[in-house]
Amino acid sequence: MIVVEDIHVTFGRGTPLEKHALRGIDLTIPEGEFVTVIGSNGAGKSTFLGSLAGDVLAEQGRISIDGTDVTRWDTPRRAGLVARVFQDPMAGSCAALTIEENMALAAARGRRRGLGLALGSDRRRGFRDRIAELGLGLENRLHDRMGLLSGGQRQAVSLLMATLAGSKILLLDEHTAALDPATADFVLDLTRRIVRDNRLTTLMVTHSMRQALDYGDRTLMLHEGRVVLDVAGDERAGLDVPHLLALFAKQRGGVEISDDSLLIG
Amino acid sequence: MGASVCPFKSTAMTEIALFGAIEIGLVYALVAIGVYLSFRILDFPDLTVDGSFPLGAAVCAVLLIAGVNPWLASLSAALAGAVAGLVTATLNVRFKILHLLASILTMIALFSVNLRVMGRPNVALLMQDTVLTPFYGLGIPDHIVRPLVVGVIVAVVVLLLARFLASEFGLAMRATGVNARMARAQGVDTDGHVYAGIALSNGLTGLAGALFAQTNGFADVTTGIGTIVVGLAAVIVGETVLPARALALALIGCVAGSILYRLAVQVALSADSIGLQASDLNLVTAVLVAVALILPRLKAKASRSAPRNPSAAK
Repeated sequence: MIVVEDIHVTFGRGTPLEKHALRGIDLTIPEGEFVTVIGSNGAGKSTFLGSLAGDVLAEQGRISIDGTDVTRWDTPRRAGLVARVFQDPMAGSCAALTIEENMALAAARGRRRGLGLALGSDRRRGFRDRIAELGLGLENRLHDRMGLLSGGQRQAVSLLMATLAGSKILLLDEHTAALDPATADFVLDLTRRIVRDNRLTTLMVTHSMRQALDYGDRTLMLHEGRVVLDVAGDERAGLDVPHLLALFAKQRGGVEISDDSLLIG
Repeated sequence: MGASVCPFKSTAMTEIALFGAIEIGLVYALVAIGVYLSFRILDFPDLTVDGSFPLGAAVCAVLLIAGVNPWLASLSAALAGAVAGLVTATLNVRFKILHLLASILTMIALFSVNLRVMGRPNVALLMQDTVLTPFYGLGIPDHIVRPLVVGVIVAVVVLLLARFLASEFGLAMRATGVNARMARAQGVDTDGHVYAGIALSNGLTGLAGALFAQTNGFADVTTGIGTIVVGLAAVIVGETVLPARALALALIGCVAGSILYRLAVQVALSADSIGLQASDLNLVTAVLVAVALILPRLKAKASRSAPRNPSAAK
């Protein structure tokens, strides 16, 4: 469970470029819920995810994960609780390391890393079994460097890596945005499966309103650092993209949406 | 034929020169491995080695003169080098000084520190026991004993380091250099790994300095000049002759590169026809490293432009 109480984040305070990116977000996400997050460019989606992961520390407010106050924890410390997949397939894994080395890195998330071998034969076998689940034939390529994989394959392995250390929270930052449509669908289906099988509490940032409504149990819309829409259950099931656009327009004070960064498809 | 035509003065000279080159190559192999750790694994261009090499030599020489056990003196030299590395890492990680500049600051400070440690610009080791002393009386010529002993030490270092880099801690260190953001998201304390890696790199360099002092019989503040370039040259030569992805092989490549580099220098300096003298060493090294850095770029450019030529494609 994630509890967020009135968090504020300001970049470049006291400079002409000062940006109040998060302006008081209050949110409770129960265990196992899959939340999709939408909003235009600069709405604070990535900053919000970053503040949950520890990349950005909130200057005000409180964040607790599974009852532990993590507000002041940095990224490595939170990594034991939180797994992530980034937008850029290159960002979430080490291209120069092999697939199995990447998996070993992820499997040690949240543990002390000692001088024991990172890749014993038992662990190798375990990785082989886990990666076979993806159905991509990667079980025979464990020694290949991660950089040799396609973007979709890397995102698929990154998703798998997110489950290796048993953390219960998954943060997805537009993790299909850099992929072609067919690959994006494959990765989204895999996401759904992995989230369900591991009962992960998930936040998925997306640019696509369609995706936001099709996947998950609850949808948040951010605008100018605030949550302006929070729908779940029957209300959400009755929503379609045009409704969402209308709701969004209303939140902006009746101004028609001209921001093409909000994809309708 | 006259001696002026032959590259070597006599066969006896050849053998001594050959083993001398291997010996100095093995000593600097530890520097090469240290440079490989900082430049290649951590992606941290660290010039501290120009100071930590003579620091190791100075600490070892002074302790030997004080009657300390040679192994303990060598270990102390390694520790002194590691502390120098920690200073650089602290300047960079904690105080956000650019890595290159941080290492230059440490390097320049170490020049004064080394003078303080020795109390004078150089210290001669004449009668002192060294780690080599027990092996001199075994009937093997001295010029072969030295590379043998240093070679065994280097082999042990390579084995330990290869095992270290295959550990969970070592893997996290490699990830820190490749993709720090990903490493942090996987819970790796990247700052801690930079401290550890730069300390280890300079520790090895300090040990190399200690072995240099013991094999050559002196420590001198000026021996550090160009250490980084020699180390880098060895790494690059090693990567050229042994282009391996496996880490253990890459470490062996550093050792091979260091020896080959010294052999090449020996040949160049011995061949009278080229007209080089010992004082040209730094110039030759700098040119060698520059060429080795430029060549891959030119090669890539050539292979990129080739397919664009339609007549070449048909």
